[in-house]
Amino acid sequence: MGQYTIRRLLQMIPVVIGTTFLIFAAVWALPGDPFAGKCGDRPCPEAYVAEQTARYNLDDPLIVQYVKYMGNLLTGDLGDTFRGTRVIDELAVALPPTLKLTIIAITVEIVIGIIAGVLAGLRRGSFIDNLVLLSTLVVISIPIFVIGYLAQYIFGVQLGWFPPTVGTGAPWSDLILPGLVLASVSLAYVARLTRTQLAENMRADYVRTATAKGLPRSQVVRHGLRNSLIPVVTFIGIDFGALMGGAVVTEGIFNIKGIGGLVFSSIQTREGATVTAAITFIVIVFLIVNLLVDLLYGVLDPRIRYE
Amino acid sequence: MTATDVTIEPGSESTGDEPVLVVEDLQVEFRTREGVAKAVNGVSYTVDAGETLAVLGESGCGKSVTAQAIMGILDTPPGFVTGGSVRFKGTDLLKLPDKERRTYRGESIAMIFQDALSALNPVYSVGRQIAEMFRVHRGMSKKDGMAKAVELMELVRIPAAKQRVNDYPHQFSGGMRQRIMIAMSIALDPEVLIADEPTTALDVTVQAQVMELLADLQRERNMALILITHDLGVVADVADTIAVMYAGRIVEQAPVYDIYHRPAHPYTKGLLQSIPRVDAKGAELYAIKGLPPNLIRVPPGCSFNPRCAYAQDVCRADPPPALERLSGTRAVACHFHEEVLHGSRQ
Amino acid sequence: MSDPTSTGTPDQQEIRQEFMRAGAQNIALPGVTAEESALPVGDVGKPRSLWQDAWEDLRRNPLFIIGTILVLVLVVMAAFPQLFTSVDPRSCSLSNSRQPPSSEAWFGYDLQGCDVYARTIYGARASILVGIFTTAAVMVIGGLIGIVSGFFGGWTDSIASRITDIFLALPLLLGSILLLTAFPSTAETPELVVIGKVVFALAILGWTQLARIMRSSVIQVKNQDYVQAARALGASSNRVITRHVLPNSLAPVIVVAMISLGAYIGAEATLSFLGIGLQPPVISWGIAINDAATYVRTSPHMLFFPALFLSVTVFAFIMLGDAVRDALDPKLR
Repeated sequence: MGQYTIRRLLQMIPVVIGTTFLIFAAVWALPGDPFAGKCGDRPCPEAYVAEQTARYNLDDPLIVQYVKYMGNLLTGDLGDTFRGTRVIDELAVALPPTLKLTIIAITVEIVIGIIAGVLAGLRRGSFIDNLVLLSTLVVISIPIFVIGYLAQYIFGVQLGWFPPTVGTGAPWSDLILPGLVLASVSLAYVARLTRTQLAENMRADYVRTATAKGLPRSQVVRHGLRNSLIPVVTFIGIDFGALMGGAVVTEGIFNIKGIGGLVFSSIQTREGATVTAAITFIVIVFLIVNLLVDLLYGVLDPRIRYE
Repeated sequence: MTATDVTIEPGSESTGDEPVLVVEDLQVEFRTREGVAKAVNGVSYTVDAGETLAVLGESGCGKSVTAQAIMGILDTPPGFVTGGSVRFKGTDLLKLPDKERRTYRGESIAMIFQDALSALNPVYSVGRQIAEMFRVHRGMSKKDGMAKAVELMELVRIPAAKQRVNDYPHQFSGGMRQRIMIAMSIALDPEVLIADEPTTALDVTVQAQVMELLADLQRERNMALILITHDLGVVADVADTIAVMYAGRIVEQAPVYDIYHRPAHPYTKGLLQSIPRVDAKGAELYAIKGLPPNLIRVPPGCSFNPRCAYAQDVCRADPPPALERLSGTRAVACHFHEEVLHGSRQ
Repeated sequence: MSDPTSTGTPDQQEIRQEFMRAGAQNIALPGVTAEESALPVGDVGKPRSLWQDAWEDLRRNPLFIIGTILVLVLVVMAAFPQLFTSVDPRSCSLSNSRQPPSSEAWFGYDLQGCDVYARTIYGARASILVGIFTTAAVMVIGGLIGIVSGFFGGWTDSIASRITDIFLALPLLLGSILLLTAFPSTAETPELVVIGKVVFALAILGWTQLARIMRSSVIQVKNQDYVQAARALGASSNRVITRHVLPNSLAPVIVVAMISLGAYIGAEATLSFLGIGLQPPVISWGIAINDAATYVRTSPHMLFFPALFLSVTVFAFIMLGDAVRDALDPKLR
C-alpha cells in the first residue's frame, strides 16, 4: 500500500506541473495582447500593465515566467485584481461558502445516488428501476443552469420552501436548495452507475457462490455491493471537476459568494487575473481529490495494491 | 479428454442403506426470446453416503443446470424448475419455502465451481470467506471463525496457512484457490458435495492433486460426492457410478467399470472411442459426427438419433426411449442397447 | 487485468465504466445462455456480426426510434429553419416586449420584442453545429491519440497518457471558461469565429475522454487472436490498425461520442448562459435563457421554450447513445 501511494504521488507531480503550465500559457503566453479583456470593458490602465509586466516578468522568456509564477503561487502570491485587491484575499473569503456547498452536494450525491442505484439495480425491470432510469436521464439532459432557475423559481419563489437567494455569510440552511441543484447531475450519474454495477455484479460467479454457501439474501447483496461501489467511488473523484464547474453556475444563480461565484462575477467584469487564479486553485484541489480517490481505490480493491 | 493408463476395478455395490440424495424426474426449462429450451428433461439419479457419482456429458447437456436446481441457485428467470423432486434424506427440497431451503445450503449440501478465481470474492480475504460459513451458520465470532479458517486451510494442504489466511484470492495459484473453495464448502461437514467441473481449469498435475484431496476428504467424512465433468480421464479414478447425460436426459447409468468396459449406449460408446489411444498411433482420430441439438427444437424420438450409427426408424419417432433398468446398478435409454453391448456394429 | 502503469483504472474496468456511465437499460428477456445455445443439426444459419445484431435490436427499440426521429427533426430545423417558421427572428419591435404566447406568436415575445418561436427555431443551428463540430474534432483528436497510444504502447503510450492526464485535470466547463476568458469575443466578432472558438475550447478539453476509451478499446482488441494472426501473417501495422483494430474498437467510442454530443450542446448553452460562449447577434438557446432569466417570474415563457428545446435536444442524443450502447454491449445480450 505504501508503494502504491508513493507511485501515485510521483505520478501526480508531472501532471500538476503540466496543467499549471498549460493554464499559465493559455492565459499569459499566447500571441496577442495578454491584457485584452482582463480589465473589464476598457483597456487596462497603464500603471496596472506596467506593474503586472514587471510582476509576472512578461518580458522574460516563457519558462522563466512560468517558474517565477509557480514560485509566487507557492508563497501564496496570486497577483492583484485590477481594482487593487489581492486575489488571494478574495479567494480566502470565497472559500468557506463553496466548501459548505460542496459538502452538501457530495453528501446528497453519495447518499441519494447510491440508494437509488441499489434499489434500481436489485429490482431490474421493476417500477422503481424504470423510474430511476427515466428520472436520471431527464436530469442529465437538462443543463444545470436550467435546473437552477427552475428550482429557484418553483421551490424558492412559488412554493417558498427555501430562500431564492443565499444570504450573507451563507448559512447552511440557505445552501440546501443550491446544494441539491449542484448535486443533481452527479447524483443521476452515480445512481446509474451504481445500478449498472450492482446488476452486473449480482450475476457474477462469486455471488452465486455466496448463495450456494447458504448466506441470507442481505449478506449475498453485501458481497455484490462491495465490488459495485468501487467504480462508483472512482467516479465521484473524477466527477469532482464537473461538480466545480457546476458550482460556478449554481453560485451565480443563487448569488453565493463562493469561489464559483467569484469566477462567475469575474467573468462578467472581465477580471482575467481572478478567473485564472480561481480556476488554477480549483484544478489543484481537483488533482488532490483525485489522488485521494485513487488511494481509496487501493484500499477498497486489494488487486490494485498488491501489484 | 486425455488417455489414462488406469486399471479400473469392478465397482463396489451400494451399501443398501437409504440414499442420501434422490433426484427424481427433474425438469428444468429456460424461457428465452427465441423459445423455451428444455435444459433438463426428466433426470433421475441417487447418491448414497460415501458414494461418488460422476455426471458426464458435453457442454450444454444439462449437467450443471441439474446441480444448480438441486442447490436452488438456478438463475430465475430465465430458468424455471417445472417438475420432479429432489429429496434430501426424505425431504423434498423443491417444495420447501425459500427460507427453509436456505438452511440446507452449505450445511447439508455444498457446491464448488469450476473457476475458483471468479467464484471467490476478489475483495475479501480468503480467511474471511471461509470464516463466513461459521459466522453465519454457527454464530461464531470473527476471531473464532478465522481460527477455524486456518484449520480448514491446513486440512486442504495449503502451506503457511496461518500467514496466508488474510491473503486475497488473486494471490494464490489456481490449484490452491480450488482447495480454498473446497475448504469453504466442507467447512460445515455437509453430507453431499457437488463439484461442478472442479478441475477443468487446472493443469493436469494439479488436477490429480485436487482430485486426490477430494477423494481423501470424502473418505474421511463419508460424504456423498457428485462430480460433474466432461473429462472421462478425471472420472476413472474417483467415481463409483457414472451417469452419462445428453441433451437434458440421462442416457446411461452404470458402475464405472461397466461404463468403460461394457457401454450400452451408442453415445457412451462414441465418447470412449473418441479418447485418443497411445497404442493407436497413426490411425485417424474418431469423433462423433454432428452436433448436439438445439434445446429449443429437440428432434422427435431419441435426441441422439441424428448422430447415431445404430439409429432406426423407431429411434426417430416419439416417444423417446425410456431409461430402462438392466440390472440393480445399470440403466440405459436406448432401443438397441443389446446391439451396443455386444458390439454388433461399429 | 489491471495496469499499474496506467492512471490507476484497469483498462477493462474502465471501458465498462465509461461504457456504462449513463447506465444500462432493461433487457426484455436475456438470450439463451452459452450453456444452452447450440446450432441445430443441419441448420447452420449465417453468423451475424455484432453490428447486424445491434441493428436488429435497435430497429425494435422504441427509444431508439423516438431518439432518431427527434434528432432528424432537429437537424432539419438547424439546416432549414425556414421550413418551420416564416417569421424573421431578427425583426423585433420593442412594443411587443415580453408579450405572452398568442395566436400570432406561439411562444410569445422576448425582452427585445423578438418572436420567441422564431428565435427558438433558428437557435437550433448554433447548438447543433457546435455539437457536431465538437464531436467530430474530439473523435479525430481523441481517436488518433487513443489508437496510437493503445496500439504501439511503450514510450508512446507513456507520453500520450501523461499528456492525457494533464488535459484531464482541466474540467470541461472550467477549462472552457479559462480559454474563452483569455480570448474573449465581442459583438463585433464574426459568427463563425465565435462558434469556432467555442468548438475549439470544448474540443481541446473533451478529447481526453474519447482518447481513453479508444485506448482501452484498442488494447483489448489488439490482444485478440485475430489481430495476432494478422500480424503473424505479415500485415503491416497500418493495415492491422485500419482493417482489424479500428473497426472492432469503434463500438464504445461511437456510444460515448453520441452521448457526448448531447453533453457538448449542454455545455455550449451553459457557456452562453455565463456570457462567454456564443455572443449576440448569434442566436442561441443559451443566450435566450440568459436574457430571460431575470424575468422568469413575470414572463416565464421567454425562458421556458428555449429551455425545453435545449433539454429535448440533449435528451434525444443521450437516449440515442444509450440505445446504441445497449444494442452493442455483448454482456447485455
